[in-house]
Amino acid sequence: MNHSSLPHASRRDVLKTSAAGAAIASSGGAIGAATAAPLAEAAPPRAKVSFKVNGKGQNLELDTRTTLLDALREHLHLTGSKKGCDHGQCGACTVIVNGRRINSCLSLAVMHEGDEVTTIEGLGSPDNLHPMQAAFVKHDGYQCGYCTPGQICSAVSVLEEIHAGVPSHVTQDIAAGPPITVEEMRERMSGNICRCGAYSNIAEAMAEVAGIKA
Amino acid sequence: MKPFTYERAKSPQEAAAKAAAKPGAKFIAGGTNLLDLMKLQIETPTHLIDVNDLGLDKIEEADGGLRIGALVLNTDLAADQRVRKDYGVLSRALLAGASGQLRNKATTAGNLLQRTRCPYFYDTNLPCNKRKPGSGCGALGGYSRQLAVIGTSDACIATHPSDMAVAMRVLDAQVETIDPKGAKRSIPIADFHRLPGDTPQVETALAPGEFITAVTLPAPVGGRHIYRKVRDRASYAFALISVAAVVQEDGSGAIAVGGVAHKPWRVAAADAALVNGAKAASGQLLAGAKTRPDNAFKVPLVERTIAAALAEAKA
Ligand SMILES: Cc1cc2nc3c(=O)[nH]c(=O)nc-3n(C[C@H](O)[C@H](O)[C@H](O)COP(=O)(O)OP(=O)(O)OC[C@H]3O[C@@H](n4cnc5c(N)ncnc54)[C@H](O)[C@@H]3O)c2cc1C
Ligand code: SF4
Ligand code: FES
Ligand code: FES
Repeated sequence: MNHSSLPHASRRDVLKTSAAGAAIASSGGAIGAATAAPLAEAAPPRAKVSFKVNGKGQNLELDTRTTLLDALREHLHLTGSKKGCDHGQCGACTVIVNGRRINSCLSLAVMHEGDEVTTIEGLGSPDNLHPMQAAFVKHDGYQCGYCTPGQICSAVSVLEEIHAGVPSHVTQDIAAGPPITVEEMRERMSGNICRCGAYSNIAEAMAEVAGIKA
Repeated sequence: MKPFTYERAKSPQEAAAKAAAKPGAKFIAGGTNLLDLMKLQIETPTHLIDVNDLGLDKIEEADGGLRIGALVLNTDLAADQRVRKDYGVLSRALLAGASGQLRNKATTAGNLLQRTRCPYFYDTNLPCNKRKPGSGCGALGGYSRQLAVIGTSDACIATHPSDMAVAMRVLDAQVETIDPKGAKRSIPIADFHRLPGDTPQVETALAPGEFITAVTLPAPVGGRHIYRKVRDRASYAFALISVAAVVQEDGSGAIAVGGVAHKPWRVAAADAALVNGAKAASGQLLAGAKTRPDNAFKVPLVERTIAAALAEAKA
């Protein structure tokens, strides 16, 4: 089978399809059909889901395997949230769902029926930055920026968690509430890895928003 | 990931019945362990039963203790005022595990059922009796620094990675379940996780389709509640070893240890020896330990960590 026998799909379409993250063998669409390969495999199961992203309702029908991260990036084109490890180890994909930060790479999109998702794009915009975004800019809380959307979503949630009295590993007296300290913030940010090592500037940005001295 | 169909269960019994009826079906709660393993094709379910809409996310007072719904999130369990006050070792263990993001998704049942972090279990190019029964054990002749020192077998030397389960063990928790026919039972945490033996792929006492509805804690026993976790980083790393301790004013108490066996490790004779200090207790706890050059350090580390816990209890 060579490319000249492809009836409709141009090489560019084929590249686009694979770049969109569709696995070739399982796409069941463009590639399998166009090459007329004898793929007897049934199309992978799909399911419908509706949720809100940054205040806007979204109705999607997705391959059930689609993670929330891939739904945001590949289907809704909100590419602020990043894929670092895809295994819950780096925090680059952190988004806020119903007021709590989660790793969107370890969550299936179809499991978010009715949820409210906030991504970095929903926290603020270039002309109207969220205070945490502004503080990251002021304190150089990044270098390459890849981990930054996840860091900022996490940082916003961390301050809310401390205010809500959720204890942490470094809280001395867990029966009482946690204090707002840099030590508390650093522990709570450990699920966000920064390859560039911007940690101390991130801590300063968070301290400024929290109104304490770094 | 292999393709799978997806549905939301409407009741615990329906979930159990569906899981038993459909070969290849699995429950999904937070998904933080299952999806990770599905991406690596270590788990390959063909049908997922979402158990998040069953109202099992509450913590209630029951029989002088607490009944923790199977779907209570790790964050919420750690932050519950009753847990913080009366079962501090449980809050501490939860907060020592994973990250804030993960604890916001991880559930009580999912945490108990998370699978080992043995590096050979994760490497699908290497043999592993747990991942592929009968294929051999890559860890036995390999790098064993993280692996078990007691209760091992010639088939598997993996550890159970949960922090929460170690605290549940020292607190004498019970695991409540419902089976596909609707029968309920309560399994003592001591009997819940299995030792590997010849069948390391069978990790718990659960029957096919059996669904966890809650974990119960007996009435509070007082004492100082301590959880000490020793790991390669100060945060966001699995335990090399960990010690959960409840120590009374007279020095008596209970200890369970993580990172040394296929299940949270607790020995009655070690509890009894606690009044005589860390050396006596850890001697009982790890009597018959079978170490390898890479993980022999765990034996003295357990003793020292118990000593640190006892010192903290007195402070
Ligand atoms: C990067 C990283 C670091 C981590 N670090 C730690 C750590 O330091 N300490 C620690 O303890 N843990 C750690 N974890 C593991 C984490 O705690 C577990 O992934 C989590 O607790 C699993 O819960 P879940 O609800 O997401 O389970 P799921 O992934 O949804 O399910 C896990 C298993 O339980 C089954 N199951 C779920 N609910 C039920 C039920 N009610 N009845 C019967 N079966 C059920 C599922 O079928 C599946 O087999 C870490 C995880 C990651 C990714
Ligand atoms: S120790 Fe157990 S989990 Fe690890 S490779 Fe051997 S059989 Fe597999
Ligand atoms: S991409 Fe989700 S944690 Fe790394
Ligand atoms: S700024 Fe580069 S990874 Fe954090």
